[in-house]
Amino acid sequence: MALTDVILEMRGITKTFPGVKALENVNLKVKQGEIHALMGENGAGKSTLMKVLSGVYPHGTYEGDILFKGNTCEFKNIRNSEQLGIVIIHQELALIPQLSVAENIFLGNERMKRGVIDWNRTIVRTRELLSTVGLPESPNTVAGSMGVGKQQLVEIAKALSKEVKLLILDEPTAALNEEDSENLLNLMLSFKEQGITSIIISHKLNEIMKVADSITILRDGQTIETLNVKEDSITEDRIIKGMVGRDLTNRYPEREPKIGDVLFEARRWNVYHPAEADRKVIDDVSFDVKRGEVVGIAGLMGAGRTELAMSIFGQAYGSKISGQLYKEGREIKLNDISKAIDEGIAYVTEDRKEYGLVLMDDIKRNTTLANLRGISKWFVVDDYQEIAEAEGFRKKLKIKTPSIHQKTGNLSGGNQQKVVLSKWIFTGPDLLILDEPTRGIDVGAKYEIYTIINQLAEQGKGILMISSELPELLGMCDRIYVMSEGRFTGEVPRAEANQETIMKYMTTTRG
Amino acid sequence: METALKLLRSNMRQYGMFIALILIMLLFQFLSDGILLKPLNITNLILQNSYILILAIGMLLVIITGHIDLSVGSIAAFVGAVSAIMMVKYGMPFPAAMVLSLLIGAAVGAWQGFWVAYVRIPSFIVTLAGMLLFRGLTMLVLDGKSVAPFPEGFRAISTGFLPDVPGNWDIHLLTIIVGIVLSVLYLFMEWRGRMIQTRYELELLPVPFFLLKLAGVLAIINLFTFVLSSYKGLPNILIMLFVLIVAYTFVMRKTVMGRHIYALGGNEKAAKLSGVKTKKMTFWVFVNMGVLAALAGLVFAARLNAATPKAGVNFELDAIAAVFIGGASATGGVGTVLGAIIGGLVMGVMNNGMSLIGLGIDYQQGIKGLVLLLAVAFDLYNKNKSA
Repeated sequence: MALTDVILEMRGITKTFPGVKALENVNLKVKQGEIHALMGENGAGKSTLMKVLSGVYPHGTYEGDILFKGNTCEFKNIRNSEQLGIVIIHQELALIPQLSVAENIFLGNERMKRGVIDWNRTIVRTRELLSTVGLPESPNTVAGSMGVGKQQLVEIAKALSKEVKLLILDEPTAALNEEDSENLLNLMLSFKEQGITSIIISHKLNEIMKVADSITILRDGQTIETLNVKEDSITEDRIIKGMVGRDLTNRYPEREPKIGDVLFEARRWNVYHPAEADRKVIDDVSFDVKRGEVVGIAGLMGAGRTELAMSIFGQAYGSKISGQLYKEGREIKLNDISKAIDEGIAYVTEDRKEYGLVLMDDIKRNTTLANLRGISKWFVVDDYQEIAEAEGFRKKLKIKTPSIHQKTGNLSGGNQQKVVLSKWIFTGPDLLILDEPTRGIDVGAKYEIYTIINQLAEQGKGILMISSELPELLGMCDRIYVMSEGRFTGEVPRAEANQETIMKYMTTTRG
Repeated sequence: METALKLLRSNMRQYGMFIALILIMLLFQFLSDGILLKPLNITNLILQNSYILILAIGMLLVIITGHIDLSVGSIAAFVGAVSAIMMVKYGMPFPAAMVLSLLIGAAVGAWQGFWVAYVRIPSFIVTLAGMLLFRGLTMLVLDGKSVAPFPEGFRAISTGFLPDVPGNWDIHLLTIIVGIVLSVLYLFMEWRGRMIQTRYELELLPVPFFLLKLAGVLAIINLFTFVLSSYKGLPNILIMLFVLIVAYTFVMRKTVMGRHIYALGGNEKAAKLSGVKTKKMTFWVFVNMGVLAALAGLVFAARLNAATPKAGVNFELDAIAAVFIGGASATGGVGTVLGAIIGGLVMGVMNNGMSLIGLGIDYQQGIKGLVLLLAVAFDLYNKNKSA
């Protein structure tokens, strides 16, 4: 390989935080014009490595060398790296929702004429960029009014406006639905044809298999290997093995279903949008969950799955809610969330950071938040009992942390999710509604979450699991309901479940 | 030595402001040629700052929930005015007037809490409106004039002292006894805490540091009561403050309600989905603020022995400053009662000390502003270092 073929080389990168070695002697070589995937479990050091590369961690705070196009680089900040054409798009979207698409794209990089913004040039250039990324929107559209998929494209347009040579995408499809993800991946492939090199960080193996030319795997802050997708015949299992350091023979743990009586039932459930009074979000939905059963809800984004779950959970969503709920045959009214919790219903939210955890509080306080009564007498909290309970969950759910006094904001995604699960298990629920329980969690931790779910089912609890990942539903559920446009369009038992059938129901629309 | 440094570092945020308070006191003690810590001046310090400290406790809860209350000065003035009308004009007995005044405070708090919690208007706007509204009402009630004097019994809240045990003593003996009783209670609680920690196999403070801490606290308690005993003993208002501090510390640290308030401030959405009744809680935090503002208004009126239209101006700013100097976070979810009290005392000692050395009001304002800024900067610096 000639030296000029390598656009980026990172050599012997070591980065330490107080008490933790985040990266240890990491090497990364990216060839000109390829799509290079960076993979590894959460906490393996992928994002840290990219922050070193883009200058978020300036030169001098790490050891090792960065060579870009053969020149040693010592970035002091993000601006330095962007000047060379290294642009990073972060996991969390960084658009300002109140500004227009054009304003966002040229934010900090404004087109000027004699010290004043040249709006004509800005708009023209924005149009060009938007057509490059295939986004049919006006440059004056307000960013916040668009969906996440479109916003992601605006981010990419913004990167292109900076004459990008090396585009880094950190989990670009995490928040996108299948269609938008597909578009984004195709866009990456077309960039490749134009000679733009990309680095992609993703947990989604099928996407990586589709677009990547080579894969570098990190584990525990070290480079494990670099695989060449085209030359070596790489399988998904091969990648997983590299990431977790062992063979994961089965991605979903086995469970012998012991299904009992009907635990929870919803009949003719109707919910309207909270702001738009005549928009029906949930339309005449009926379903049931039995004891010991894992029931899935499949559906595209916007099908109304989260809205269904939240409207049941103490009417946390929606207006003009009608219909009946039954628990073990007895009708129950869940007018507010604490009532729902008292009736033994738990709802693990889709978005851990926004809705699941108090990030500034530690593990133990988060664990007990939904059931403080369980550790108090006469409304006085017993601190020591709290420590004992939280410690118990830490061991039982294998939460990896130095102590339960750790702030939850400092934990990895998988461990955060375990804390949220601890919180709800501690309320002693009968029905657990899990909304995207493994989103943004790495393969190893996913397996552990699945194991916890199976244990709960074995204890005779009912599980209602919402997921956008079909393989996950197929691997875990005894029965799957499929939702489309606020209605249930199908019910598939395990034996008959496959991707095609479910996909068909998912895309069933009103005739 | 290494453990000592580690302990100091990990507790810097907790003890930092307390150490700063002691340094400020020593500084002014030196600059004022020893007047600052004279028994008379210490007593004055307590009397002068009592109403700000009462407000700071209520303000702490408001700030923990992520809100702010700009109206407390006006509410204090309004309630003081109404109480003056009741007692001075209509001759109502003072206990009844006080109870009624506190209820008025609760009603005012409920009014603001309603707009903040249920209509979801930002508290800054609701209480800015309240600040103007209740100042206006104060002037209306008083007709623009001061109303005085208050009955003797009422004034005793702010100016009275606890009577001494019978006998003829050189110093105020009861004060010394109270100090000793508190010391014994404190020792007992520390001992019990250590026993429980041992039972749960938790990490214990190393014995030398534990003893050092005990010695430090005991010295402060008893020095304080000793100094007070050589003047007139314990002011009534100090007893009231002590009860409030203990009660609110207990509520915030030990009860389900306290936990819910912290969780609400830390992440309202997550708290709501965990079953915390967020609206109701926010409402009651404002009701509580209203009651404490009313109490502060009564204490201030009793101290001044008059209700005036200009009472309580800028009280809200002192209370807010106290809470932030005490380590609370402007985004909510963080802060302690004791921190707010220490913050209030830092402001109070500086006011008092700067007046003692004859610094002009212009310098005083400026220096207080800088102290607020530096204290919060110091706190942020520590937070970033520990993260």
